[in-house]
Amino acid sequence: MSEIKNILLVGVGGQGTILASKILSTALVNAGYDVKMSEVHGMAQRGGSVTTQIRYGEKVYSPIIGKGEADVMVCFEKMEALRWIEYVKPTGKVVINDYEIPSAPILVGKMEYPQGIIEEMEGKISVSVFKAADIAKELGNSKTMNIVLLGALVKAMGLDHMDWDDIIRNNVKKGFEDLNLKAFHAGMAAI
Amino acid sequence: MKELMTGNEAVARGAYEAGVIFASAYPGTPSTEILENIAAKYRDDMYCEWAPNEKVAVEAAIGAAIAGGRALACMKHVGVNVAADPLMTFGYTGTTGGFVIVSADDPGMHSSQNEQDNRFYAKFAKIPMLEPSDSQEAKDFIKLAYDLSEKWETPVFFRMTTRVCHSKSVVQWGERQEVKVPEYVKQIQHYVATPANARPMRAKVEQRLAVMAEYANSTPLNHAEYNGREIGVISSGVAYQYAREVFGEEASYLKLGFTHPMPMDLIREFAGKVKTLYVVEELEPYIESHLKEAGIACIGKAVIPNQNELDTDRVRKAVFGIQAKTITTDTQVPGRPPTLCAGCPHRGFFYSLSKRKDVMVTGDIGCYTLGSAEPLFAIDTTICMGASISTGHGASKVFEKTQPGKKVVAVIGDSTFFHSGVTSLMDIAYNNGSCVSVILDNRTTGMTGHQQNPGTGLTLMGEEAPEVDIPALCKAMGIKEKNIYIVNPLNLAENDAALDQALACGETSVIITKWPCVLKKFSREDKERFDLSKKTCYVDQEACRNCKLCIGTGCPALYAKDGKVHIDQDACNGCGVCMQVCPFDAIKMADGKAGAKA
Repeated sequence: MSEIKNILLVGVGGQGTILASKILSTALVNAGYDVKMSEVHGMAQRGGSVTTQIRYGEKVYSPIIGKGEADVMVCFEKMEALRWIEYVKPTGKVVINDYEIPSAPILVGKMEYPQGIIEEMEGKISVSVFKAADIAKELGNSKTMNIVLLGALVKAMGLDHMDWDDIIRNNVKKGFEDLNLKAFHAGMAAI
Repeated sequence: MKELMTGNEAVARGAYEAGVIFASAYPGTPSTEILENIAAKYRDDMYCEWAPNEKVAVEAAIGAAIAGGRALACMKHVGVNVAADPLMTFGYTGTTGGFVIVSADDPGMHSSQNEQDNRFYAKFAKIPMLEPSDSQEAKDFIKLAYDLSEKWETPVFFRMTTRVCHSKSVVQWGERQEVKVPEYVKQIQHYVATPANARPMRAKVEQRLAVMAEYANSTPLNHAEYNGREIGVISSGVAYQYAREVFGEEASYLKLGFTHPMPMDLIREFAGKVKTLYVVEELEPYIESHLKEAGIACIGKAVIPNQNELDTDRVRKAVFGIQAKTITTDTQVPGRPPTLCAGCPHRGFFYSLSKRKDVMVTGDIGCYTLGSAEPLFAIDTTICMGASISTGHGASKVFEKTQPGKKVVAVIGDSTFFHSGVTSLMDIAYNNGSCVSVILDNRTTGMTGHQQNPGTGLTLMGEEAPEVDIPALCKAMGIKEKNIYIVNPLNLAENDAALDQALACGETSVIITKWPCVLKKFSREDKERFDLSKKTCYVDQEACRNCKLCIGTGCPALYAKDGKVHIDQDACNGCGVCMQVCPFDAIKMADGKAGAKA
């Protein structure tokens, strides 16, 4: 059996992980891979922790990634990196968006947002850190943060040779194609 | 055509290709998108509707099938409990047009109150069951299910799980095949389930089971893949995918897609050809129990957990005791539970309710179940759809005798009220109960992603519809007009006044909170009825005394940083609840999103 690649996107409900993974998996299908992608709806969307998982290769069975199996984990929110680290291969890569969304226990003052997350991660695994929110804001629309992160993910997976422009144009909101393309390329350049 | 589809999209596509002409459902994760996809993509060929609940959906689909059309009813696992009554007897009468009921189970309880294994329903109702393990199978099996339904004149149980519903995999499409609807013929002995008619029907059910059992052994849906003979694995649904990956190319597999009745001859043959036999299934030992009854030795729930969903890890660890190398952290990672959104109209009412220490609050199923969470802790119970009002009634009758002064408030959403709260409220009105029923009307079905319901004025297919007049409905049940309060839940003074009066009156009373869900795409009517202009709140740091009472509302837009309270201007929706809570008038409101700075 040929090797299966596993990509884990983690973040907070409402951050746009689903659109990013939809674009990625469409591109992988077009490139001839067998692809499975999983997401969870419902409760998770009310500000909860969310994951989207993509697996691709010659033949994929399980639609979900097991612990210690992700080749790349992209963290749309910084603290989520720690929550899901168990799912990453020790030889894998982690892309972290240096962006904090405090959760309920932090908002009510019961817990502190953990400090030194990036330093801790860097001591354990190969990490790329950047501020996707700032890049998106500089481009003029903070909502493109997910596409900036998609660009970084594509680079991290070594998939940058594929034809992304058409796929992105066809999958983002009409009228925002150029902006999203810029965001994608800025993400690729960021790591 | 090839496309990446979720299992739910594939079921919609399969129903379209199978020539289905009627589909009904009540929204429920993980099943909701089946009907949404039918409405969005196949509406020209398939009529579809939201029913007020799953029993109604199944009964409407039964009518469509008796009229000769191919019909579909979809629901989450617990919805089948609601629909079990018609399903059990429809298994006796059988059908004319093809009938499929989709049960979307939720192992692991991603968004459910239990993880019941609905495969037992097929056995209970004595009807055939199909279990797809990916999207291609979901589409192909649905088409076959309709052929089987018409061939055997029986409803077919189509069992999916969260990971089949919500995972995308590649699907090869086909074309729609129109099915001729036969002219209607009155068949009293066939469709009127009086005792006299039901007795011969009952005998037919057993005959049909025997025919189906034979089919189970010969259908390509159940097939063996022989590799090495040391280990054999029997599995179905998504568990097969996990097992296939964990046991690899060395093991042999008996993959089951048709799981009621079970293919016992096939299983016996397979068991005889392998040395060690494993049964890998999620939740209960459904397959395993058939093997055990037949005296076939196997390893199943002795090692594979019957709780939570499976994945490759859990199967590998359970069977081989091996775990992948992982990286761990010692850092305490704060949890990230779901919360009521910033600007959610429920927050205002739950804030008011959380201040009442002398009440028991019975809750229900929906976004507002989150009112039970920190920091509001405003709900005492949640059982099932519609239970808030009836459990509240029972509790209040006990308190009347045992703890006079202890009051009960029941909270229920608009869609849940239409689902199964109406009869509960009728129970209170009829039996002179004093439990205060609160209908949280946010003008949509929130939790499952904004589906239309009988109170929204629109149908699933986007047509205008009459709106249920909730106050008039309450009055029609005999509840006095003076005991029906309509409040803006974002106005705490209005909430408090209504609660004071309703709790004091000692008669059946209803509070209706009316404000649209903040995530909803507002309709023209919403914009006319409510002031939905963009506003944000901000903290006047000069006036703030840092008492943090505002943070006690649990709004995710508020946060404390460097010893001060701030309001995230991107997250705030200007609902103004925090402003009313502040004792120092330190929270101000600004129009639009631009002016204010936290």
